Amino acid sequence: MAVKQTQQKKSPGINWVEIGKLTLLVLLVSGLAVGLAKPLAGQLQQHLGLDLRGGVHVVFEAVPTPDTPVTADSITRLAATIRNRVDALGVTEPVIQPEGTRRVVVELPGVKDPEEAVRLIGRTAHLEFKTEDGKTVLTGKDLKDARAQLNPASNEPEVLLKFDKEGARIFGQVTTANVKKRIAIYLDDKLLTAPVVDEPIPTGEAVIRGGYQTLEEAQREAVLLRSGALPVKVQLMEKRSVGPLLGKDSLERSLWAGIIGVALIFIFMILYYRLPGLVADLSLIVYGLIVVGIFLLIKATLTLPGIAGFILSIGMAVDANIIIYERLKEELKTGKTLRAAIDAGFHHAFRTILDANVTTLIAAAVLYYFGSGPIRGFAVTLSIGILTSMFTAITFTRFVLHLIARSRLILNPKAFGPGLGEVKA
Amino acid sequence: MNLIKLRKFWYLISLLVIIPGLVSLFTKGLNYGIDFTGGSLIEVKFERPVTPGEVRPLLVELRLSEGSRIQTSAGNTLLIRTRDLSQEESDRLLKGLQQKIGTLELLRNEKVGPAIGKELRNKAFLSLAIAFALMIIYITIRFEFRFALAAIAALFHDIVVTVGLVSLLGLEVEGAFIAALLTIVGYSINDTIVIFDRIRENLGKRKKEPLDEVIHNSILQTLARSINTVLTVIFCLVALIIFGGVTIRAFIITMLIGVISGAYSSIFNASPIWYDLRRLSTS
Repeated sequence: MAVKQTQQKKSPGINWVEIGKLTLLVLLVSGLAVGLAKPLAGQLQQHLGLDLRGGVHVVFEAVPTPDTPVTADSITRLAATIRNRVDALGVTEPVIQPEGTRRVVVELPGVKDPEEAVRLIGRTAHLEFKTEDGKTVLTGKDLKDARAQLNPASNEPEVLLKFDKEGARIFGQVTTANVKKRIAIYLDDKLLTAPVVDEPIPTGEAVIRGGYQTLEEAQREAVLLRSGALPVKVQLMEKRSVGPLLGKDSLERSLWAGIIGVALIFIFMILYYRLPGLVADLSLIVYGLIVVGIFLLIKATLTLPGIAGFILSIGMAVDANIIIYERLKEELKTGKTLRAAIDAGFHHAFRTILDANVTTLIAAAVLYYFGSGPIRGFAVTLSIGILTSMFTAITFTRFVLHLIARSRLILNPKAFGPGLGEVKA
Repeated sequence: MNLIKLRKFWYLISLLVIIPGLVSLFTKGLNYGIDFTGGSLIEVKFERPVTPGEVRPLLVELRLSEGSRIQTSAGNTLLIRTRDLSQEESDRLLKGLQQKIGTLELLRNEKVGPAIGKELRNKAFLSLAIAFALMIIYITIRFEFRFALAAIAALFHDIVVTVGLVSLLGLEVEGAFIAALLTIVGYSINDTIVIFDRIRENLGKRKKEPLDEVIHNSILQTLARSINTVLTVIFCLVALIIFGGVTIRAFIITMLIGVISGAYSSIFNASPIWYDLRRLSTS
C-alpha cells in the first residue's frame, strides 16, 4: 500500500515554491512599474528636446568676405562669442557647437522669447568710433567693459564704455586731436550718436547715449558689446523656434498616443497568446523600465521623433516575443513537454531575432551617422529599443516561462493559445 | 495551388499600387516642405478664430504674398508659409498680425535657408544607398547573395510604394521623411529576414519537396507572426496618428504606409523574387 501511494504521488502536482517565486516576480515588476513611473517621468522631463519644452534651434553660417575669410579659427571664435552672448542671456543647458567647416549650431531650450534670443545672438555688434573724416579710430575689440546705466543728470538710459589700456591710450590721443569736433559712434553700421568732444578724455571711458528708449534696451546693447563682435559675417541658415505652448501640447499628445498604443498591444497579446501574452506584457514593462533607465543614464534628449521611435520600438519589441511564442506553439504541437518546447522555441527563435534585428540596427546606425538633431534622437531611441527588446525577450521572457513550466500551475493547453493539444509539464 | 504559383498575381497587385503612385510622382511630384525647399513657416494661435482672407492683405502689404500659403485649423491656429524671411521681416509679420487680428501666441517660427534642402536631399540618397549596401553585405554573409538581392528588391518596392503614395496623397515631405523611409527599410528587411530564415531552415529539412512548396510552407509557418507583428506596430502608429498631434502626422502616416507595404512585400514579393532568381540562376 505504501508503495502504491508513492507511485500516485509521482503524478506531478503544483509546485508551490515556484509559484511563490512567480508571484514575487510579478509583484516586483508591477511594484517597480508603479513605484518608478512618477520619478522616472519626472527625471525624463528634464531631458526634453526643444520641440517638447519650447526653445530655439538655429544654424549660423559664416560668410567669407574679402576682409575676413572663414577659417577653422574664426569658426572657433564665432562659437566662443556666441557662447558669451548666450551665457549673458542666462540660458540653462545651451548647446553651441561647430558643424562642418562653416557652421555653428545653437540650441537654447526653454527660452521664454526665442525670437528675441535669436536676434541677440545673431547680431554682429560691430562697434566703431569714427572721426569726422570718416577714419575708424577704435572698434569693439578695444573694449574692456560695457554697462547700461541711467544718466544721473537727465535720467536717460545710456551705455558706459570702458576701453582697455591700448584703447584708452588711443582714445586719449583721438580726443586730444579732435577737440571741438565730432566723434561718431556706429553700432552695426548704424549711427548711434555723434557727440562733440569738449576736452581730451584720458581715462578711457565714453558714453553712448541718445539711442535708447528704455534701460532694458541699453542693457541688451551692453551685453552685445561686452561679449564682443562676431569675428566673421554670419548668415542665419536655419531657425526653428517652438513656443512653450506647442511644446506642452506635443508632449501631452504623444504621451496619450503612447499609453493608448501600448494598452492596445497589451490587450492584443493577452487575447491572442493568453498566458504567454501576459508574460510578454510583463516583459514589455521590464523593457520600458530598462529603456527609460538607459535614456536617463546616457542623458538622451527626448524629442518628438524620439518618442515616436520609442513607441514604435515597443511595437517591434513585441515582435521578439511573438517570434518566440509562434515557435513555442509549433514545438508544443510536435508533442514536446512544455519545458523542452520552451528551450527549443528559444533556440530557434534566437537566430531569427538576431538576423532580423541586426538589419534594423544597420538602418538605425546609418540614420544616426547621417542625420542631425531630432533624426539622430530617433535613431538612438530606436537602437536602444531594439537591443533592449532582444535582451528582455531572451532573458526575462524565458525565465518567467520556465518558472511557469516548473510551477505546473497551468497545464491546460488552451492557456498557451488556441488550437493546441495536451501540454505536458 | 500555393503562394509561389500565384506570384504573378501578387506582382500585379504591387504594380496596381505602384503605377498610380509613380504617375503622381512624375506629374505632381512631392509636396516638399520648407526643410527641402527653403522658406519660412510661422504658426500662431489667436484668441479668436481667423480666416485666411483676413491675413492675405497683410502679406500683400508686407510683400510676402508671392508663393505664400495660409492655412487655418481648429483652436484658432494659423499657419503661414512664405519664402525665406529675415528676422526683421518675420518680426514685421508678427507685429502686423498682432495689430490686425489681436493677441497671439507664437507656436512655431521656422526658417530654412535654400541651401539646406539640397544638402538634405543628397544626404537622403546617400544614407539610403549606404544602408542598402550594408544590408546586402550582412544578408550575403548570413544567407546568400540571392537572398540579399530579393530582400533589396522588396525594399525598393516599399520605397516606391511609399514615395508614390505620399505624392498621391499630397503629404508634406519634411526632414523627418528620410527617417521614416529608413525606418521602413529597417522594418521591412526585418520582416523579410524572418521568412527567409524559415526558408533557410526548411531547405535543410525538406530536401525532397519542390522548392515552391518549401517556400509556400515557410511563409505559412511564419504568417501568424508576420500578421501579429505588423498589427502591433499598426496599433502604435494609428494611436500616434489619432492622438499624436499635427506636427508629426505626415511622418507617422508615411511610416504606416511603409510598414503595411513592408509586410506585404515580405510575404508576397521577397520570397517569390528569390524563387525566380534561383530558377534563373540554376536553369
